[in-house]
Amino acid sequence: MADTTSNAPLGESRAAALLYNPAVRGFVYQLVTVILVVGFVWWVTDNTITNLQNAGIASGFGFLDSRAGFDIAQTPVAYNNDMTYGRALVIGIINTVIVSAAGIVTATIIGFIVGIGRLSSNWLIARLSEVYVEIFRNIPPLLVIFFFYTGVLALLPSARDSIALPLDIYLNNRGLAFPTPIFGPGSWLMGAALVAAIVAVVALAVWSKRRQMATGQQFPTIRVSIAILILLPLIAYFVSGMPVTFDIPVKGRFNLAGGAVIGPEFMSLYLALSLYTAAFMAEIIRGGILGVAKGQTEAAGALGLHPRKVTRLVVVPQAMRIIIPPMTSEYLSLTKNSSLAVAIGYADIVAVGKTVLNQTGQAVEVVTIWMIIYLTLSILTSIFMNWFNAKMALVER
Amino acid sequence: MRKTILSAAIGAVVLGLGAQGAAAATLDDVKSKGTLTCGVSTGLQGFSAPDNEGNWSGLDVEYCRAIAAAIFGDPDKVNFVALTATDRFPALQSGEIDVLSRNTTWTLSRDTSLGLDFRTVNYYDGQGFMVPKDLGVSSAKELSGAAVCVQSGTTTELNLADYFSANGMDYNPVVYEQLEDVNNAFNQGRCDVYTTDQSGLYAIRLTLTDPDNYVILPEIISKEPLGPAWRQGDDQWGDVVSWVHYAMLNAEEFGITSENIDEMAESSDNPGIKRLLGTETDSKLGADLGLDEKWAYNVIKLVGNYGEVFDKTVGTGSPLKIDRGLNALWTDGGLQYGPPIR
Repeated sequence: MADTTSNAPLGESRAAALLYNPAVRGFVYQLVTVILVVGFVWWVTDNTITNLQNAGIASGFGFLDSRAGFDIAQTPVAYNNDMTYGRALVIGIINTVIVSAAGIVTATIIGFIVGIGRLSSNWLIARLSEVYVEIFRNIPPLLVIFFFYTGVLALLPSARDSIALPLDIYLNNRGLAFPTPIFGPGSWLMGAALVAAIVAVVALAVWSKRRQMATGQQFPTIRVSIAILILLPLIAYFVSGMPVTFDIPVKGRFNLAGGAVIGPEFMSLYLALSLYTAAFMAEIIRGGILGVAKGQTEAAGALGLHPRKVTRLVVVPQAMRIIIPPMTSEYLSLTKNSSLAVAIGYADIVAVGKTVLNQTGQAVEVVTIWMIIYLTLSILTSIFMNWFNAKMALVER
Repeated sequence: MRKTILSAAIGAVVLGLGAQGAAAATLDDVKSKGTLTCGVSTGLQGFSAPDNEGNWSGLDVEYCRAIAAAIFGDPDKVNFVALTATDRFPALQSGEIDVLSRNTTWTLSRDTSLGLDFRTVNYYDGQGFMVPKDLGVSSAKELSGAAVCVQSGTTTELNLADYFSANGMDYNPVVYEQLEDVNNAFNQGRCDVYTTDQSGLYAIRLTLTDPDNYVILPEIISKEPLGPAWRQGDDQWGDVVSWVHYAMLNAEEFGITSENIDEMAESSDNPGIKRLLGTETDSKLGADLGLDEKWAYNVIKLVGNYGEVFDKTVGTGSPLKIDRGLNALWTDGGLQYGPPIR
């Protein structure tokens, strides 16, 4: 430093040194950027508030505590029109989370099946999977939703001519109606049995793993676990004197009364989001599997492993490291695409928010709430997937 | 749907970025633009619906034309913006449109906290129910347990909730944002009942596959005074919009129509008619409004008086064939009353 500036006068050299110091420059640029961004946000916010006041529009989030006055069809938690706008928005949030979570699970399962299917040596399976991917990947998600809503579910018969399925389940253009259990006295025993079953399954898993480590002998853990999970509550059901009765849907004047109904809005949104996103996931999974060196499969085969086990124990775990990061993006876009619900009247956060916006006129506030909610959901998904990715990552020793 | 989010967001941004001018002097803006930007519904027969060639017609549309006629002497200087129920208020608040003429109910909260102003009612309506005939329902009191189709974000949605809870009935709301979606859902049997303003029910019934299979129930469960809205605080603009309506009412009361107006303007000695048509010497009623003295003449000549417009769009001269009912002039026992023009 001293050498390069030795010819210049002392004061100037210090300033010049400071000016050319990368660390200082970096700091200055960042400081300027932060000041500009904060200034811009402050200016926009201030302007918005001033203009709202000038236009005589009430602002602030106080409206969340006022009575909503409108009804919502799909209410996962108790809601009626005497509750507040805030409560209505919570219903919307829960509905968004339900359809996104259900969609993510289903899409992942279908995506795995189709992705592996595309690599199948069976010509028909591979081609079918390819057709599936190409169809859904090339259609906008909104059209897929409309296809299910107006093209498939609306063609079902009316409530009076419902299609009767086994177990008192009915299908009509108002949705899928099914009996709901009513738990009578003594049914706590079943809950207790279920908890006991879960504990037993966990213990079994730990024991069988330990035994395999020690002796190399395998135990059919999964089959036994399923049996325990079903049998224990079932035994409790009979022991406690069959306390569960069912609320069965019966034909009323207008609709099927009693039981519970999954509306066609939810079903079409859920199916569309799952099938649409699964097409993208299938490609990610195919890419991930192809990313695992072929030698791994061959080596596993040479050890005498069954091809199914090769996939499950050797290929998929390695592919997961490639698959997880892009899957996170798909989960995020599925969640965001759920906002298309508004087109078919599923009460998600956007649909409910728009109703609230329109009843109160609080456009700025409602848009802010939407942004915060989607941001929160996305960040939570990201955090979880990053944690999962770190857990799955190759542990280098 | 995307558009709505966008316009709500744009509304927010426009408010944010300082559309200060939007709060006042709409009349000057409109004059300097050379066209009136008028918000209408996306398609409700009789109120505002585009035909196959994209020409808008209906009662709300005629009011846009009447305002343009009053300002420019030309009813075609209107730019129609089709708005959903959710879009309409942000569009007006943000200055995207100059006036909202879109079967909008005048309520206290909209008049106060939304930053809007209402003054005139160009259609007195009330909410009703429509059901398929084969359900055998004859009264709204029998609707407990029904699935009800309704447009979201409307006063209708709120009245529906109030009515059913007041009568101790429950229902299954089926809610869409777009009117077309509500119509489709009802047509396809997704719901048993359609509820909206009665005028709307008559209009929608015409669009169903088999209109004769549907019946409109007798109950009217609410007051729905429909009229134009503008941004709060722009009194001059509010005066223009409301006096266009009053001029049309006064014209009907005087018996002036678009047909006989020239004759009346020439021959009539009635000072009231002369003031209305701007033929009185030294009159400055138009100038006080910020308009030409011929403003009302242009409205009536080019668009028609209230009765003519009503008849042509929703009344007996239209497919809807709605009775004048409450919308008759006060002299005929109705509620339409134009304050004196003097």
